[in-house]
Amino acid sequence: MTSFRARGRAFLAAIVVMSLVASGCGDDDDDAGGGGDGGASTEFEFFSWWTGGGDSEGKEALLELFQEQNPDIEIVDSAIAGGAGTNAQADLANRLLQDDPPDSYQRHAGAELSDDIEAGEVEPLNDLYEEEGWNEVFPETLLELITVDGDIYSVPVNIHRSNVMWYNPAVLEEAGIDAPPTTWDEFLDQAETLEAADITPLTIGPTWTQEHLLENVLLGELGPEAYNGLWDGSTDWESDEVIAALDMFTEVLSHSNIDSAAADWQPALDPIIEGDAAYNVMGDWADTYFRVDQELAWEEEYAATTSPGTDGVFNFLSDTFTLPVGAPHEDLAMEWLRLAGSQEGQDTFNPVKGSIPARTDGDASLYTGYLEQPFNDWTDESTTIVGSLAHGVVADNAFKAEIDSALQEFAGSGDSAGFAEAVAAAYEDTQG
Amino acid sequence: MHRLRRWGPGLLLLSPSLILLGVFVYGFLGWNVRVSLADWRGLRPDYAYDGFDQYTRLPDDTRFTDDLNNVVVFTIAFVVGTLVVGFVLALLLERGVVGEGFLRGVFLFPMAISFIATAIVWRWLLNNSAGRQQTGFNEVFDNLGLDFLVNNWFKSDTDWAPAAIALPAGWALSGYIMALFLAGMRGVPDDLREAARVDGANEPRVFWHVVRPMLLPVVTSAVVILAHISLKTFDLMFAMDVESRKIETPALYMWFTTYDGQNFSRGAAIATLLVLGISLVIVPYIWYSVRAERRR
Repeated sequence: MTSFRARGRAFLAAIVVMSLVASGCGDDDDDAGGGGDGGASTEFEFFSWWTGGGDSEGKEALLELFQEQNPDIEIVDSAIAGGAGTNAQADLANRLLQDDPPDSYQRHAGAELSDDIEAGEVEPLNDLYEEEGWNEVFPETLLELITVDGDIYSVPVNIHRSNVMWYNPAVLEEAGIDAPPTTWDEFLDQAETLEAADITPLTIGPTWTQEHLLENVLLGELGPEAYNGLWDGSTDWESDEVIAALDMFTEVLSHSNIDSAAADWQPALDPIIEGDAAYNVMGDWADTYFRVDQELAWEEEYAATTSPGTDGVFNFLSDTFTLPVGAPHEDLAMEWLRLAGSQEGQDTFNPVKGSIPARTDGDASLYTGYLEQPFNDWTDESTTIVGSLAHGVVADNAFKAEIDSALQEFAGSGDSAGFAEAVAAAYEDTQG
Repeated sequence: MHRLRRWGPGLLLLSPSLILLGVFVYGFLGWNVRVSLADWRGLRPDYAYDGFDQYTRLPDDTRFTDDLNNVVVFTIAFVVGTLVVGFVLALLLERGVVGEGFLRGVFLFPMAISFIATAIVWRWLLNNSAGRQQTGFNEVFDNLGLDFLVNNWFKSDTDWAPAAIALPAGWALSGYIMALFLAGMRGVPDDLREAARVDGANEPRVFWHVVRPMLLPVVTSAVVILAHISLKTFDLMFAMDVESRKIETPALYMWFTTYDGQNFSRGAAIATLLVLGISLVIVPYIWYSVRAERRR
């Protein structure tokens, strides 16, 4: 029996792989269970890049809940690992191009979805929002950021914070530093103290973590209003203020271990745990790494605060789920979205994944340890919400890819004017 | 009728593979060129002819020119290094060693490991962190007191960073090149060597005048195989240090601009140039071997 089942699963996996490879040949997805018309669907395919470290556990918890509500269906969990989602996105692009979409797929909230919207790949979900009363439970700023020409196309399931600075309290104490810096200027002062004590002030990883740092230096130096202007054209990239902020980024990097940058974000955190480095700016998924993977105690062995100059600002990113045009099992996809946006769904998913709900009415008792901080800030109405560059909220894929290119060079050369010129040109080229 | 009978069966036998090749290789090559001559960005295909803009923009694109430099450095280091190591290994084995079969297996085995896995291991071996994060070669050198050998490998600021990637690539393929050379050396008939020895030639001279000329075809195929692998290599750089300008090659740029930036036309243009680059290596080789066969 078990071997039969295992074989069945292997067969299913083979079919999924085949359909990925051969989907150029057209309709290989019309399963016997029935599609949109007539009768309920029996199969549901969810596409994501959640494969490890808290992500997959959260996803499984949510999928299990979905299975409980729909005991008779088969759930196909198509997940592709790697590259903070870039690998999955490449595969998804192919499937969308071939009109072979999954029933629902994961995208970062914001501009990252705009290509799909422009190409007519996703259905508007305004009616669902009306029906479920979501317009009242999601923060207004968030709704504004995911609304395109009056329509909403995705359901945000979680919120991560980008502007977080992680540190090891013991290291600061050893170096005689009372508190983490509140401005980048203060960071530079502390960096000298730290370097004198043979401690690396800041650790860094691959290019996307450098972009993550860049957005938070820009945010801290320019303030939220001018930061937002960078993405809609109202702040001039080549203005003196932006150039000064870019110079600050170069200076901050010069106090990092960029010459031997870690290969990924987790190993970039290791020197902090081991006491060789002081700070790292990383999104709050780092909490799961400290707490679960490294089994460290919050506030005693690791701690976090908003990155310098961003007190009262919430630089967010969010995973959202969509309803693709031509989803093979639309009825189940709608049920799935209903669950993902519900309080029950979000309070099931987020404590496991290590993020907070996008809704403002989550159960506060579930979000303890580090998560208390972002939970309170997110639900506090006086907090300013801005979107992340490195994680697809404020720049669409084309613009962001050009920024990536320019940043690769900028991180090596430190040429602020050259970088600003390249980004300004890319803005003209891709957004104009 | 007579002609058909002569050609028919052969053609029938070959036609499935001819059709498959025609569609999936040459058809898609053509389609790729068509995309490269358009201005397709975003998810919806746009095939409208847009001239050679994609190609004329590339020389001004510093990411592309940097990548081009990297692939040249990588190719030279990889091809030369692998040839030399493979040749020396073959030479040593050819002398007759105890456990030759075992050693052959040992040297060949790295080829069985995927480049991704190879890259993960070598990323650790070539790590340039200092202090407590020091690992791999640098740690060994440091512990042996060979500090002058400690270096930045693929994170080097010099133009030689891609050459460090040739280490894992060469590690993976030198066993294969060794097997090619070994087969070539073993293919030299003993009579010829004997004849030379009878004429009073010593071993180095036997090698130089008898074995070496017969190894030329092996060298040519080895160079062709290595050179086209080096132009296509993607996974090694991707896994060692993703999006690092120091080691990125055009193959990676093509992938990123196509799938991250959804600039399909620019990606297609780079892909077309890669195909041209590879055919620069392969076409002369095919031409040469066809001519050589006719002469026979």
